Amino acid sequence: MLDRVTTVENAVAGYVRSGQTLMVGGFGRGGVPFTTLHLIANHADKYRDLTLIKNDANEPGIGIDLLLKQGQVKKLIATHIGLNPEFIRQMNDGEVECELIPQGIFAEKIRAGGAGIPAIMTDIGLGTEVAQGKATYELDGKTLLIEPCMRGDVALVCADIADKAGNAWWCGSNRNMCVVMGTACKRVIVEAKQIVETGRLKAEDIHLPSVFVDAVVPAGPLPHRGN
Amino acid sequence: MAKRELTSAELTLLKRAAREVRHGMVVNLGIGLPQFLPEHLPADTDVTFHSENGFVGMGEGNPEGTPDSDVIDAGGRACRVVPGAAFFDSLTSFAIVRGGNLDLAVLGAFEVSVSGDLANWKIPGKLTPGMGGGMELAQKANHVLVISHHLDKRGRGKLVPQCSLPLTAPACVGTLITERAVFRRVDGRMQLASVHPDFDRESALEGIDADVPSAENLEPWEDKS
Repeated sequence: MLDRVTTVENAVAGYVRSGQTLMVGGFGRGGVPFTTLHLIANHADKYRDLTLIKNDANEPGIGIDLLLKQGQVKKLIATHIGLNPEFIRQMNDGEVECELIPQGIFAEKIRAGGAGIPAIMTDIGLGTEVAQGKATYELDGKTLLIEPCMRGDVALVCADIADKAGNAWWCGSNRNMCVVMGTACKRVIVEAKQIVETGRLKAEDIHLPSVFVDAVVPAGPLPHRGN
Repeated sequence: MAKRELTSAELTLLKRAAREVRHGMVVNLGIGLPQFLPEHLPADTDVTFHSENGFVGMGEGNPEGTPDSDVIDAGGRACRVVPGAAFFDSLTSFAIVRGGNLDLAVLGAFEVSVSGDLANWKIPGKLTPGMGGGMELAQKANHVLVISHHLDKRGRGKLVPQCSLPLTAPACVGTLITERAVFRRVDGRMQLASVHPDFDRESALEGIDADVPSAENLEPWEDKS
């Protein structure tokens, strides 16, 4: 199998461009590709006008908050931003556009994007402001919302273990949105806490198969630890 | 699970809410007050807790953990899992919710309307945490239990004629428990179902600017057994 291990510098320079839509894994801190995000934040002049699709806005000072604070993001599509009061202020002041989507539908829109399904239909959000302006469809006498699929240019995720080919495995609650995001982008960079020889992961245990993956990069030490 | 000092009103409503949880249920607890519910359950009540970030079988808080731990709850706190727990991704997590496998969601509220509408995710211009998984929990859990202080900070009842805030979901609340009363939705309308012994019917409806009917037979607040 191919060896997809490279440096985070090579992976980001090779695949990430200004103006792209990036899907970023993580819920809380688990699954967040901190090393990749910090590299992008360290080149704020080079990576701008990004659209980020991420469950939450991280906490102030870490993860995508660095990109949000430096004005690298024009739009964030998320489900919950409550742990980042600074971003809530940015959003309320109109500095960054933010679209909020119910969490399971957020995941299903990405799944549809990865699975070649242009849109899904759902009753989630009916009778709330989430439904405003959305196309609807009548099915068996019930009104359903049409939710277009979501795709991205590059997925950035952090796995607990990846093999050199790119097969990836997650521990505990770290998996969250990472696997589905890895199916829905043209390029996928898997940042891994541990990289093992191809064949070491049991084939039945693999969460994200390597066919989706373009680059495997080592995760550095968590940048926020020790603060 | 979470750590802070509870007020006596909060202890009262948590103890009453614990009685709504039945042996064998799959339960999701919202962030905040609902996270204190497990410690009020009888020891022989076996409940499977669902954490929407990706597992069932959530156990106690993990005092040795940090937000960087591999097992955190949906609020970011490190926690443990019980034997038989299962981890999965967000797709499976919400298949459990939308597919009808979640017996009970215990949620907080800004407002509950007399028709059972719930508002708990947004105060426009002030507090915009986002709905997270709240809309799906409110809309698709087999039963929605809201636990809340009886009055808000301005002395207004949490049960209102009509929600003024953006809805999480319409007509979703099955039961509302405050430190003064239990309200249940019957035929599309919340009615008074039980009153705490320290209060009478009038004080159990204090601050509620709506006509709330009483159940024919009020339930006892505590088990007499």
